[in-house]
Amino acid sequence: MAVHENTTPLVELEGINKIFGGIHALRDAHCRIHAGEVVALVGENGAGKSTLVKTMTGLYQPNSGTIRVKGQAVRLATAKAASEYGITAIHQETTLFEELSIVENIFMGHPRTKPSGLLDWAAMRSEAREHLERVNLDVEPTTLLKQLSLGQQHMVAIARALAEAADVVIMDEPTASLSSNEIEKLYVIIEKLRDLGKGILFISHKFDEVFRIADRYVVFRDGAFVGDGNIAEVTEHDLVKMMVGREVGTVFPKRAVEIGAPLLEVASLSNGIEFKDVSFTLHKREILGFYGLVGAGRSEVMRAIMALSPYPFTGQIRLDGVPANWKICGDAIDAGVVYVPEDRRNQGAILPLSIRDNIALPSMKRLARGIWPDKSAERRLAQEYGRVFEIRAASIEQPVEDLSGGNQQKVVLARWLATNPDVVIVDEPTRGIDVGAKSAVHEALAEMVEQDLSVLLVSSELPELMGMADRIIVMRLGEMVAEFTRDDFSAELIAAYATGARAPQPAREVA
Amino acid sequence: MSVSHEAPADLPAPPTLSVGKILRSRELVLIGLLAMVFIGGNASSPWFLDIYNLLDSTAIFSEIALMALGTALVIITRDIDISMASILALSSLVMGLASQHLGLGAVPLVLIGLATGALCGAVNGTLVARLGMPAIVVTIGTMSLFRGIAAGILGDGKIAEFPTAFTAIGQSYLFGMIPLSFVVFILLSVVFVVLTHFTVLGRNLFALGNNPEGARYSGVRTNRLRFLLFTLNGLMAGLAAVFLTARLGSTRPDIAMGLEMEVITMVVLGGVSISGGKGTITGVVLAALVIGFLRLAVTLNNVPGNILIVFTGLLLIGSVALPIIGEKYAYLFKLMRRPRN
Repeated sequence: MAVHENTTPLVELEGINKIFGGIHALRDAHCRIHAGEVVALVGENGAGKSTLVKTMTGLYQPNSGTIRVKGQAVRLATAKAASEYGITAIHQETTLFEELSIVENIFMGHPRTKPSGLLDWAAMRSEAREHLERVNLDVEPTTLLKQLSLGQQHMVAIARALAEAADVVIMDEPTASLSSNEIEKLYVIIEKLRDLGKGILFISHKFDEVFRIADRYVVFRDGAFVGDGNIAEVTEHDLVKMMVGREVGTVFPKRAVEIGAPLLEVASLSNGIEFKDVSFTLHKREILGFYGLVGAGRSEVMRAIMALSPYPFTGQIRLDGVPANWKICGDAIDAGVVYVPEDRRNQGAILPLSIRDNIALPSMKRLARGIWPDKSAERRLAQEYGRVFEIRAASIEQPVEDLSGGNQQKVVLARWLATNPDVVIVDEPTRGIDVGAKSAVHEALAEMVEQDLSVLLVSSELPELMGMADRIIVMRLGEMVAEFTRDDFSAELIAAYATGARAPQPAREVA
Repeated sequence: MSVSHEAPADLPAPPTLSVGKILRSRELVLIGLLAMVFIGGNASSPWFLDIYNLLDSTAIFSEIALMALGTALVIITRDIDISMASILALSSLVMGLASQHLGLGAVPLVLIGLATGALCGAVNGTLVARLGMPAIVVTIGTMSLFRGIAAGILGDGKIAEFPTAFTAIGQSYLFGMIPLSFVVFILLSVVFVVLTHFTVLGRNLFALGNNPEGARYSGVRTNRLRFLLFTLNGLMAGLAAVFLTARLGSTRPDIAMGLEMEVITMVVLGGVSISGGKGTITGVVLAALVIGFLRLAVTLNNVPGNILIVFTGLLLIGSVALPIIGEKYAYLFKLMRRPRN
């Protein structure tokens, strides 16, 4: 749909610059959205996508540049101003109210009132019903939001945007928490919105989605505009190359290392709630993968090993032949076992604290002299790992919350590897990060085993597991249902065991 | 499309304390406030700058300030404790009973007072850290419970039978002019500054206050730390009980009634964030001095004590509001100066 060249865009950003404490987050950025098109905004973490969205929705003020709405230069001082100009964003984690009804959610902040000033519930209910119909959601408007599935909640967020009479709807990774069925439904609605003449900015890491739904693409890298064009005229390879600025190998960087003696032995671990009778042995320099659907109990097993689980468990854990009786996470870290959690924001880092503080904290026992911290040792450690992981920041004293998502992930990995562990448990290390950062993480995993580390890799991405792991254990509903060695990896079989399409393998002898 | 990949440069490692940071600090605001209290006090009363008056007045706020030291740590770790004044009352009562019925001397009485305080704090700590109850709920409960026990035992009565060696604690002066409680407060302030800002425990405290789950995943013994801080706060309330009981020479169930709010006022005025993770002990010490000397200035002008709380209320809200208002105006100013496109 390249016919828009002559029409006035709904929104146009030109020469936008945004600087945060010395970091140029946006550099001469531009972007146009026309009526009746879906524009995919593509870029790595830290490319400036979120900053661009926040600038368009009035949350950030650009240091310079022009924003035009239907040809008119405007200043979007607040989120409210942006929404009055018809620009609405639907964020990754929907900013809705779980305890309130759909109607209340849709009209929060812009209620319909009667002439007397009282709320006009009847009008809001019937209007809500209309909007719900447009997003194909067949539920009563008085239903509480928490009774809906995540996918349905997303539809409510879109209905809310419609109720605000938005012309431009920005969707920031809308599919991240949706099932494939719900994603299909979302596509239908996006197409419907497009046909209604709305402009849609669609942000996604997933290329299949971009090619499925978008008409045009805009690529950003390091805060700068790299290119745009019609989706029909590019290949996935081109997009990746523009996004990363170099060729990215699709081959996993698996290295040949000699797998050694048993290191971490787990025998019949059960906690009666989350998992049952889990047994496995991790060998030295091995990458042992854990595959399963959400709720299969993989992370729960890892948290139990790390003494982070609220529930007591039965079973044995041995490290290097010695029974491990870890009372708190710090005991496991001292013993040389670390856990890199999936939830970066809440578990992986302490965002308001500096890079140095974050990297030093898990290593504190080793770095400190008794009760006295050694700041110069902390600085050296932070600089060393900042260099190894190529962390981009103004200084090691910068708070981690000021960094981009990809750099935050680097800090999270760095702070646990800095403890000098023998066993690293990584939980979904590439969820929500882009191709460039993903291959960096895979490279890091490959390097770990080269340096004598052993890795437990929990992942929901089968290609990643099949690319990196030596063995894969499949879990389903808290139990181990199958185990594969690298020679007989089969995507179909692994998926069949994970979904229950195939009955569990007979119990094997525990190594 | 080719992009050169320059070799990653080392991240700069600036010193953690910079001139800019100090200039933007809460402490500077508090030093300014303290100077204003001194200027105002001197202008309004010829007796204010009298060194004996100044030092003597410290006895009154030192007891509250001692509790503020412990409470600051509790608040930095995202908890709250509003039972300190009730712990003080119960410790005071137990000392009174021990004196009345057992005829103990000064040293055992002090130890009993401290132990009672620490024990009460440990009760709070157990309920909060081990059972996972919200701190506000626990300490609202123990606030009534501890004072209720004291009232139940003593009714409307009071105990005034203390050995002179004990009451002397409340009337002792270093160099004949500095109240003992103030000396202890200053010494403990130094200990708390070191503990909070220069030890591993202090680092863990800020990690916990900024992200409890992240701290736990990093290997910090978060529950033990919270338990310790509640116990420490109880111990500080026990210490305050020793000084207050000795100074008054008697104890009643309504001793130190409502003092918990004065303690929290001091902590918040000192710049400790009520949502945790931020604050300094030097700020709290400065806030104690500001409130203490403001009280002296107000009292010297024959203003009733009740009016004092108007001043401390204004001070608290003003000192928190002014930087926020200032920032808003600075931002508007910047916007106005921004070149138009």
